[in-house]
Amino acid sequence: MQDIDIADLKRIAELIHQKHNYDFRNYAMSSFKRRVLRIIELKNLTVDGLLKKLTEAPSFINEFLDELTVNVTEMFRDPGFWRIMRQEIIPAILLNHKQFKIWHAGCSSGEEVLSMAIMLKEMGIWQDVQLFATDLDTNILERAKAATYSIKNMELNEKNHIRFQGTSSIKNYYKEENGMAVFNKDLLANVTFRKHDLVLGDVFNKFDLILCRNVMIYFNQTLQNEVLKKFHEGLFKYGYLAIGSKESLIWCDYANRFIVVNNEEKIYKKIKD
Amino acid sequence: MDKMNLNNSYKAVVIGGSAGSFQGMVKILSQLPKGFPLPIIMVLHRLKHVRHGFVEALSLKSIVPVTEPNDKEQIKKGGVYLAPANYHMSVELGNNFALSTEEMVNNSRPAIDITLSTCAYVYKDKLIGILLSGANRDGAVGMKHINERGGLTIVQDPAECMIETMPKAALAITKIDQVLKVDQIVEFFKDLDKQYR
Repeated sequence: MQDIDIADLKRIAELIHQKHNYDFRNYAMSSFKRRVLRIIELKNLTVDGLLKKLTEAPSFINEFLDELTVNVTEMFRDPGFWRIMRQEIIPAILLNHKQFKIWHAGCSSGEEVLSMAIMLKEMGIWQDVQLFATDLDTNILERAKAATYSIKNMELNEKNHIRFQGTSSIKNYYKEENGMAVFNKDLLANVTFRKHDLVLGDVFNKFDLILCRNVMIYFNQTLQNEVLKKFHEGLFKYGYLAIGSKESLIWCDYANRFIVVNNEEKIYKKIKD
Repeated sequence: MDKMNLNNSYKAVVIGGSAGSFQGMVKILSQLPKGFPLPIIMVLHRLKHVRHGFVEALSLKSIVPVTEPNDKEQIKKGGVYLAPANYHMSVELGNNFALSTEEMVNNSRPAIDITLSTCAYVYKDKLIGILLSGANRDGAVGMKHINERGGLTIVQDPAECMIETMPKAALAITKIDQVLKVDQIVEFFKDLDKQYR
C-alpha cells in the first residue's frame, strides 16, 4: 500500500473545497487518509492523477464522494439503543407532541431510517411521524430510497431486530428477489430523502429527535463543535439528540445546553436555547 | 533474553492479539509495574456485537483499570486502553484516539493493522509494538510499519502461542526485534519501567 502525506491530503481537501464546494478540511485525518488511499487504489491513480481528475473531470466528484463516505451500517444497530428509543424517548416526545419530526443526519444506505419506520409502525404511531433522511452522497441516497439490501446482510439485521424484541418478524417487511431483500416501500411513505451537507448546509427544519450516529467520528473536534451548534439550532427545546455509542460531546461549546439522558446509548436532551 | 538497549524515550506501547491472547494479556496487565509511565493501547479481536464484558474481564486483574476510549479522547500517560467492539481505533497526531466504522480489514473490526499503523505514524521510533497469539494475519502489516518508522517490535514466541499464525505472519514479512514468552514480556515491562524512574 502506498502512503500519502498530510500536505497532499490538505491539497486534495483544498481543491475539493474550491472547485466542488464540499469541505473535508476538518475531517479526522486518520480516516480521511485511509479513505483517500482507498480511492487511489480502487481507481488505480497517483496523488497527482487524483488531483487532475478532480480538477478536470466534473462528474468524478460524485464517484469520489461515494467512495470517501463510509457506508457501513446495519438495521437496529445496538439493539439496546432501539429499546430505549421505544420505551423512553419516543413516549417522552409523545407527551409533548402527538405529531413530530425526526432527522436522520448522515443516513447512508438507509438502514437506520428503515429501522425507525419499522419501530414506529410496530408502536402504531407511524402515521404521526415525519422522517427526514439526509446524506451528502446522492448515490447512497438512491440506495436508501430503494430499501433493498443483500440477503446476506439480513442475518445480522434479523438478529438485531430479535434482540430489540420487535413485535413481529423482520421477514414480514420484505420480499426476497434475486438474492436481495426488497423492503415494502410503504414503510418509507413518511420519509423525505434529501441531499444535505452537514458541514456547509443550513438547518432546514425543527425536530423533536435527531439521530446522527457514527457520523461525526469522521470529523475533527473543531467540526464536531460546529455541527453540534447546528443540531442545537435544529432541535426544539427538550428535543433529543442521539450519537454513536462511543462518541462524546463533552468538549463542545454547546455541551452545557444539553443533558445526558442515557450515557450508555449516548442520548442527549436539549435543555437550553 | 538479550539485553535490549532500552531507554526512556518511548511514548506508547501498542499490543495486538487474537485467538489465544487473552490469558497472556491478563498476565501482562496483572504484573504491570505500579505507575507504569506509558499508555498501553490494546487492540484485541473480539465479538463484534457484544459491547460488554470484555473490558471488565481484562480489568479484573489489571493493575490499572482498562477503558474503551470514546472518539477523540486524549491519550494519557499510564492509561490502559482497549479498542471498543465493532469500531476501528486509530491514533491521531494530536495524541488522541479516533474511532471509525469503516469496512472490516482482515475480516476484523477492530483491525490490529489499523491501530498499529496509525500508532507507527504518530509515535515513529518512540513506539513499542507487541503482537500476541492469533489465528489470522492481522497485525503483520502494522508491525512492518512500526519497524519501518523505527519503533521496537516484539512478538510472542510462536512456540508458546496457542495459535502461532499471527506472530509468524509478522516474522515472515518484517524484522522483529525480540521474540519473547509472556513471562519475558512481563519482565520487559519491568525493565522498561526502570528507565523512567
